[in-house]
Amino acid sequence: MFRIVRKEVLNPVVKLMEIEAPFVARKAEPGQFIILRVNEEGERIPLTIADYDREKGTVTIIFQEVGKTTMLLGSLEEGDYLLDFAGPLGAASHLEGVKKAAVVGGGLGTAIAYPQAKKLHSLGAEVDVITGFRNSSFILLEEELKKVSSRLFITTDDGSNGNKGFVTDVLKKLLEEGNRYDLVIAIGPLIMMKMVSLLTKQYGIKTIVSMNPVMIDGTGMCGGCRVTVGCKIKFACVDGPDFDGHEVDFDEAMRRQAMYREQEKKSLEDHVCRLGGVLNA
Amino acid sequence: MPDMSLEKVKMPEQDPEVRSRNFNEVALGYTEEMAVKESHRCLNCKTRPCVSGCPVNVQIPEFIKLISEGDFEGAYNKIKETNNLPAICGRVCPQESQCEKLCVRGKKGEPVGIGRLERFAADWFMANRQTNVKAAEKNGKKVAVIGSGPAGLTCAGDLAKKGYDVTVFEAFHVPGGVLMYGIPEFRLPKALVQKEIDTVRSLGVKIMTNMVIGKVLTLEDLKREGFEAVFIGSGAGLPSFMGIPGENLNGVYSANEFLTRINLMKAYKYPESDTPVRVTENVAVVGGGNVAMDAARCAKRLGAKNVYIVYRRSEEEMPARLEEIHHAKEEGIIFKLLTNPVRIIGTDDGWVSGMECVEMELGEPDASGRRRPVKKQGSEHILDVGTVIIAIGQSPNPLIKSATPGLNTHEWGGIIANDETGATNLEGVYAGGDAVTGAATVILAMGAGKKAAKAIDEYLGNKK
Repeated sequence: MFRIVRKEVLNPVVKLMEIEAPFVARKAEPGQFIILRVNEEGERIPLTIADYDREKGTVTIIFQEVGKTTMLLGSLEEGDYLLDFAGPLGAASHLEGVKKAAVVGGGLGTAIAYPQAKKLHSLGAEVDVITGFRNSSFILLEEELKKVSSRLFITTDDGSNGNKGFVTDVLKKLLEEGNRYDLVIAIGPLIMMKMVSLLTKQYGIKTIVSMNPVMIDGTGMCGGCRVTVGCKIKFACVDGPDFDGHEVDFDEAMRRQAMYREQEKKSLEDHVCRLGGVLNA
Repeated sequence: MPDMSLEKVKMPEQDPEVRSRNFNEVALGYTEEMAVKESHRCLNCKTRPCVSGCPVNVQIPEFIKLISEGDFEGAYNKIKETNNLPAICGRVCPQESQCEKLCVRGKKGEPVGIGRLERFAADWFMANRQTNVKAAEKNGKKVAVIGSGPAGLTCAGDLAKKGYDVTVFEAFHVPGGVLMYGIPEFRLPKALVQKEIDTVRSLGVKIMTNMVIGKVLTLEDLKREGFEAVFIGSGAGLPSFMGIPGENLNGVYSANEFLTRINLMKAYKYPESDTPVRVTENVAVVGGGNVAMDAARCAKRLGAKNVYIVYRRSEEEMPARLEEIHHAKEEGIIFKLLTNPVRIIGTDDGWVSGMECVEMELGEPDASGRRRPVKKQGSEHILDVGTVIIAIGQSPNPLIKSATPGLNTHEWGGIIANDETGATNLEGVYAGGDAVTGAATVILAMGAGKKAAKAIDEYLGNKK
């Protein structure tokens, strides 16, 4: 059992939890993920490690409530326990030797991009961080990101923070202005990662994306997380989750993401119904 | 006088019509009367050929004699002397190619139903007696076992009996390995696996779940934590795909994923459990082994109307147990033999809509001694399916290898270990089961765990 030592509500749909998991905390690196299970009938879901504290023995996760499991997770409080928490899984990001990087986060992806920016910053790299959100009430980790970036650009789809546009608009502008990066890291919705990758390809800038496909075991056993990279089948859980954005078949990944959409919708509806039933009782 | 009837006492089974719609166990097990009757078919011969066919050296004539005397508890204890998991072996061992293959009675008629009798003794004990094994006195030496499948559990149990302080590290949230995630409930009830695991625990074995060795701890870390020897029983696991177009379409599963969703995550209870699995009206399972049979029979139980086994050789070459092929046929699984998939066809939005196959004919024997299938010209045809499950094998999981520099492995990923001892090229590191052999059987993995336990005991006994 894994205790929740801290819970924070970051925006209307995104929550942060710091989990006591000393073994995982000892080995965790940016780019890696964990798999958790909330309760006995629960599914195994992969979540990227957002932060870790080796001394305290804790691992931080940040998640968006999009389905039954994440809603259930979000309903837990400090002091509650998670049934299962396994990791760190996947390969760590290779960030050594980078002098100037752009880290691009879309929505929740910002939370996953944060440890990468932090690590790059600690390695002495110059880091431009570009993040995008639906509107200003969804903005995540602004203070944290300021501390680890040379420049922080925040855009919103509706312009409610005074900076309307997409992350690709900002990145494009920076590139057109002559900024050159050794590395671009893009983490967020598949379509965003695809657009960033298409853009950086024109400039020949190495681009790493973080894939988060459907997964069961997270150890290379089920193959559910397969992604086509450079025309070869890769398993996101052991070969990734980081991949070369210029090689990933995003269109296939988007189709595969829809595999259980119907069931996910039903699970969520049933869950919300039951919650309603309890509330009305 | 022995009972000279040529056939085994028949095993009661659920009716195929009924069972193909539920996940309850197919074979129901002998009653006491049936077991005693079958036990009388054993000649109790002096040569005991059956014992030499058993990878864990069960004292077969002895336990059968005890059953014939009505001493079922004694029979169970006799089996337990060398076998930590009798209820499991009695169900999933390929007895026909091991103990029963060598049985003298098999020369004329059917061999003694050794597997059925083993299962009977184990089930009888679980139903009528409490396990009263006690942890042996500890000798103060710590051993780490990686993986809680049949190899790991056997090795851990044997070492604990000798007083070692054994910790088993399991990557999943429940122990049991393939017994839990791979073999379906209707062949091996999970409650029973749980009981066998509890018995191993009561020997003093500690089991830590959610521990992915190679990631959370390396072998080096384990040594630093005071483990003086390590047994790697991490199993097979990396599923193979065919490398044909369309394998990433929605609706294509590896057998591993399909079975894990169903067995470990209980997708057959969805939405009571949270993990879904998707089965369409027509399903193709590619492959001819036990895993393919398991996947096909699961698909049928989940409501598929037509389930095809697509296999490129003929039935004779099928690696699955005869019993499993027989059960699958009884349940209405359709065998498309000498048929090879060439591509999976999808809809515009990425879902499987069919599988193109070609017919094959058998040519000259290949390296495996089986006749090589050759494509028949102009035999292309499309199988109308919405789900494709690929059960063509798997290679060992690379996590431990990649985290253990210096550990010798074969090019295909298997860990190189001594046949007799399980010793690898690293001092104090032993390995066995599918991690060494590639996908094989439960009992061979148990045999390897057993040999390694003995070798580890000798190694640590001599170590000052």
